[in-house]
Amino acid sequence: MTWSAAWVRVRALSRPRWWPWLVWCAVLGPGLLVAAALLSDLLRDTRWLGANPVKEGELRLGTLTIQYLAAALAITPLRRWLGWNWLQRDRRTFGLAAFCYGLAHFLWYALLDLQLDLAQLGTDLSKRTYIVVGFAALLVMLPLALTSTRAAIARLKARWVKLHRLTYVVPVLGVTHWWMSVKADVGQPALYSVLFAVLLGWRWWHARRDNSLHATTTPARAGSH
Amino acid sequence: MDPSAHRGEPQHAAAGTLVTLIRPPQLIRPPAPRDLRSSDITAEPLYWTRREWLAAAGLTVGAIAGLGGGPKTALAQQARGRGYGLQPDDKPTSWEDVTTYNNFYEFGTGKDEPAENARGFKARPWTVKVDGLVKKPGDYALEDFLKGARVEDRIYRHRCVEAWSMVVPWRGIMLADVLKRAEPTAGAKYVEFTTLYDPARMPGQRSAVLRWPYGEGLRLDEAMHPLTLLATGVYGRDLPNQNGAPLRLVVPWKYGFKGIKSIVRIRLTDRQPATAWNESAPDEYGFYCNVNPTVDHPRWSQAKERRIGEFVRRPTLMFNGYADQVASLYAGMDLRRNY
Repeated sequence: MTWSAAWVRVRALSRPRWWPWLVWCAVLGPGLLVAAALLSDLLRDTRWLGANPVKEGELRLGTLTIQYLAAALAITPLRRWLGWNWLQRDRRTFGLAAFCYGLAHFLWYALLDLQLDLAQLGTDLSKRTYIVVGFAALLVMLPLALTSTRAAIARLKARWVKLHRLTYVVPVLGVTHWWMSVKADVGQPALYSVLFAVLLGWRWWHARRDNSLHATTTPARAGSH
Repeated sequence: MDPSAHRGEPQHAAAGTLVTLIRPPQLIRPPAPRDLRSSDITAEPLYWTRREWLAAAGLTVGAIAGLGGGPKTALAQQARGRGYGLQPDDKPTSWEDVTTYNNFYEFGTGKDEPAENARGFKARPWTVKVDGLVKKPGDYALEDFLKGARVEDRIYRHRCVEAWSMVVPWRGIMLADVLKRAEPTAGAKYVEFTTLYDPARMPGQRSAVLRWPYGEGLRLDEAMHPLTLLATGVYGRDLPNQNGAPLRLVVPWKYGFKGIKSIVRIRLTDRQPATAWNESAPDEYGFYCNVNPTVDHPRWSQAKERRIGEFVRRPTLMFNGYADQVASLYAGMDLRRNY
């Protein structure tokens, strides 16, 4: 079989029956593992999250938020490249996962790290820029999560597309939050900056191309982003 | 299955209750380091019995509360015990935590990376240079450098600038003894310390996370203070590589990053030395870096700390609990400006 024939076959693959299970495991698994590891560390001194499990778990949830965000933004380019149109419905799942992990990251910080020290929470949310930026990312994701139902999509129509362009702001805020929070080691946030630059740059490039096509020839397809 | 069952450890009656949100006391947990033979190890229970521990802690607190004399008197009292500046509920952090949760960027920026990446590091032979404004400069083989100095075991509170803390049983010599031997000249005002620079042996130095080699500094009176140690060991044995073998600074009233590791040079100068973190982020890390719950790091509060092994955060103490011994060094200084 030639490479091109194999490629045709790959592109022709339809959504396997086990696919939704894979997606759900990918979305729930890491969170459940972090939660189980914390409980185990606190109650049984297992050290799955190392010597400082509260801090480590907090950081892991933050990293996972960024990773689900990247996954959600990677769906459209992947779908186009592989021709797997059936991938599109997983975009919402990963987007919602990013919101849920972001919320968990915040709650972990407020409840387990600060231990509901409201005075410090207030100071952090007003004075510490990186926390303000991170919290802003969470606030931006909130309306997106709330309008992710089929009913909301149907009701908002074109406004939904506009509203959900806010998605592109979230990785900028998220990575900035991460970058500002580290002491000197910017390796990881730098890596994700490049990844998001590629994912957002690809969109910008496609939008430009589609626009110029639209101007000269055909009407643009709806909801291509 | 409970792994502790294999270690013949007493089971904790309160397991499963809220009480165990705090780890079981480390006093009764034997260490299990991987690269030492069991015969090399003074087991924690032998090193440190509970009775002895309480006595030392009580003595220390008594000395601080009762005497209130100059630092020298209080320290002389404490010298009989082994805990310094400890609070009644301070318990030594486990060997495992002390040796696997480390900031030592020369071996990687993750807390667990130094223990991993410093495994093959050879800390002998080692040479320490003492120079600058001293009458007797010299290059010493480590053995000669330590010769004649009294090696002591001291348990200190350790507060990281990242708002976590430990209680560490150090072994070491007083920096003052080393400096006196070198005979600082009248012009000497500061002490500058330098870490080994050898990217082949310290892989973290291959990336420019900080300016290498790591440098730190103390004012001469801070360096001469009887609490200031050059540590050569922890838990009664040689310093593990990840803790700064073979020689590191311990200044218990300052944030942990002042405790420069794997020292190769001690230089006396007349001007304030440049320090690694101050160069990296001058608005976040000053020269003094005294533990101070009322002066926040720009990005986080320093009012509380998480003791490694505990869940509920505890309040951070002024000068990390050593105010009685060191506050006088900073009399009249604006500690908000001199952070």
